Amino acid sequence: MIHMSNRATKRNIGKYAVIVIVVVAIIAAGFGYQALTSTNPTQSISQTMTGTATSGSSTQPQEAVSILGAGATFPAPLLQKWTVEYHNLYSSVTINYNPIGSGGGIQQITQKTVDFGASDAPLSDAQLRNATGLVLMPETLGGVAVTYNLVSFGIPNSTVLKFTGDVLAAIYMGNIQKWNDPALVSLNPGVPLPAQPITVVHRSDGSGTTYAFTDFLSAVNSDWKANVGRSTSVTWPVDKLATGVGGKGNAGVAGSVINTPGSIGYVDVIYAVGQHLGVGAVRNAAGNFIVPTVDTIRNAAAAATGTPDPNDLRLHIVNAAGDQSYPIATYTYILIYKDMSANPGTSPAKAKALAKFLWWAIHDGQKYAADLIYVPLPQNIVSADEHLLMSLTYQSQQLIAQ
Amino acid sequence: MQATAYARRARARARRRDFFHIFLIVAAFVIPIITVLMLYAIINASVDSIRAFGFKFLISTDWIPNPANGGPPSLGALPAIYGSIVTTVIALLLAVPVSLGVALFQAELAPSVLRAPSRFLVEMLAAVPSVVYGLWGLLFLVPFMRDYVNPQLKSALGFLPLFTGSTNGFGMLTAGVILAVMIIPYGSSIMREVIAAVPRSQREACIALGATSWETIRTSVIPFARTGIIAAIVLAMGRAIGETMAVTMVIGNVARISPSLFLPAETIPSVIANEFTEVAGNGVYLASLFELGLILFAIAFLMNFLGRVLITRLSFKAGRDIHV
Repeated sequence: MIHMSNRATKRNIGKYAVIVIVVVAIIAAGFGYQALTSTNPTQSISQTMTGTATSGSSTQPQEAVSILGAGATFPAPLLQKWTVEYHNLYSSVTINYNPIGSGGGIQQITQKTVDFGASDAPLSDAQLRNATGLVLMPETLGGVAVTYNLVSFGIPNSTVLKFTGDVLAAIYMGNIQKWNDPALVSLNPGVPLPAQPITVVHRSDGSGTTYAFTDFLSAVNSDWKANVGRSTSVTWPVDKLATGVGGKGNAGVAGSVINTPGSIGYVDVIYAVGQHLGVGAVRNAAGNFIVPTVDTIRNAAAAATGTPDPNDLRLHIVNAAGDQSYPIATYTYILIYKDMSANPGTSPAKAKALAKFLWWAIHDGQKYAADLIYVPLPQNIVSADEHLLMSLTYQSQQLIAQ
Repeated sequence: MQATAYARRARARARRRDFFHIFLIVAAFVIPIITVLMLYAIINASVDSIRAFGFKFLISTDWIPNPANGGPPSLGALPAIYGSIVTTVIALLLAVPVSLGVALFQAELAPSVLRAPSRFLVEMLAAVPSVVYGLWGLLFLVPFMRDYVNPQLKSALGFLPLFTGSTNGFGMLTAGVILAVMIIPYGSSIMREVIAAVPRSQREACIALGATSWETIRTSVIPFARTGIIAAIVLAMGRAIGETMAVTMVIGNVARISPSLFLPAETIPSVIANEFTEVAGNGVYLASLFELGLILFAIAFLMNFLGRVLITRLSFKAGRDIHV
């Protein structure tokens, strides 16, 4: 076999070629099928845009600067879009954003190895004490959808089930274990909820999505607040009962819900819409059952925050007031030093360019949010961000003029 | 004149030889040094956790990184260690017989027309990225296990605690199956090579005595190749215990020890992969993930060591068998 004749080798090559072609054809057919059955998620959600005129950021930086950022994965597509668009506008400014996770972003900006960080969850007081002078700037926001799969029990995904925070807390604590629990039935009259056990899907990796979801449950349910709390990763009571399943990432949770009849989960709104999952309506503080859309999430953000303090923009927008506010949402934040000279890697030119980029991002940059199904910032937060950006300095020299 | 040119060439040869020696020495030392440095870095990073939890880390089943009352985390590695070992054992139980069968078929029995395609197809399994296995597992294997395999096992073997409880498809058995598929090419290709290396004379002697092909394989091929087969199993085991992405997507990721193979669990790599990205500003929590890595290092080392002991013993035995 080792000393094959030339002819035998050629025959083998022929065989390999046939096999490769067959395999490639099968894979291609699979992808083609996938492409046919899935539709573009950007078409399925209504959007609004912010188009505020840019001020103060029109002058182009003179020398070439390269800015480095790292952090949360949730806003990464938007941030990366911004860096590309901004570079097209100002070719002397190159910004690299590395989506390594909020934890990594916080760590790197605390250790001053990057020029800016990004985090989905607001930093705790203890985390801020570790990084003197660090400030948080909300740059976009996202909502969390409650999703379920009861298709094989005769409830199509287009049926909007109603949930309250207390019922969701009870499901995730394992106190409600069947779909036909009286609490669920009385919320959803007329829906033939089956006598099936609920498979409770949660994120297995730490995430801002989990933070928003548990922040909401903590806000509305005192049991949850006392026993589980809010965090980017919590210890799920349902896991002890063996009815919980952890999925990695939004894709993991969405995939688990799609594949498991009788399951419930929570994902970023974009995933629920893109995958055509069943999306539930959640009761807000005003007592209305609200479905998550860009508009209802933006309503919540605007209603929850009033006129925020630019010195501390850590905002909680879960269970927001307002008739049409969706109650499970969170801001995601850029982390920067208020006096950028605190970061030895940030030169004066970089500081100026970064401040101007952020100014652009909260104004002109917001129009890209809609395309990527992020919720544009409401006006009150844009104003608060403006104040924050105008207070940024480099060795007591203001970076953005009034 | 001629002599000096000769001497110059000799010196040049000596220099080349010296250079080659230095290169070999550097190459031989770099990898062990990297291993030692890695071990040092991991130990260094896990000191906080070792101090905080001590031996309790190995036997505790708690996994509360962010307690609701804001208190210190309470972390234990036992569920992850248990999950890692159980899934690896399942994977080996399924993969070793299949790998051996594949290797024997390819090396001994297959008609020459089938050999190359069969090798190509099996080895292609090794080239599939693990995230693709994970997606396949999530979208196909999980529902398949839930709807067909698990109910069958439950009705046939439900009296065993291994096959009890509700089944939603996510769990140790599914993870073990996907791992088995992933390690088969590693096991089978090494086994095939060692089987092919068994001297012809062994087989010919057996056949001359009137043995069937099965008897030849059993009495002369496998005993001769067994150290290589063990080495293949050790390598496959290392691959299985360290696999992260595919397992994470199908195991259910729950910090829980249960006898039932149907129920969700977690493995050491899956915990690290899940939690590493969002750990921040919490010394003990981060350190505990490094300590998990250290434990995995230790388990892998132990398994390798046991494999080596087994190989040494068997090769002595094989030596006796052959030279008697």
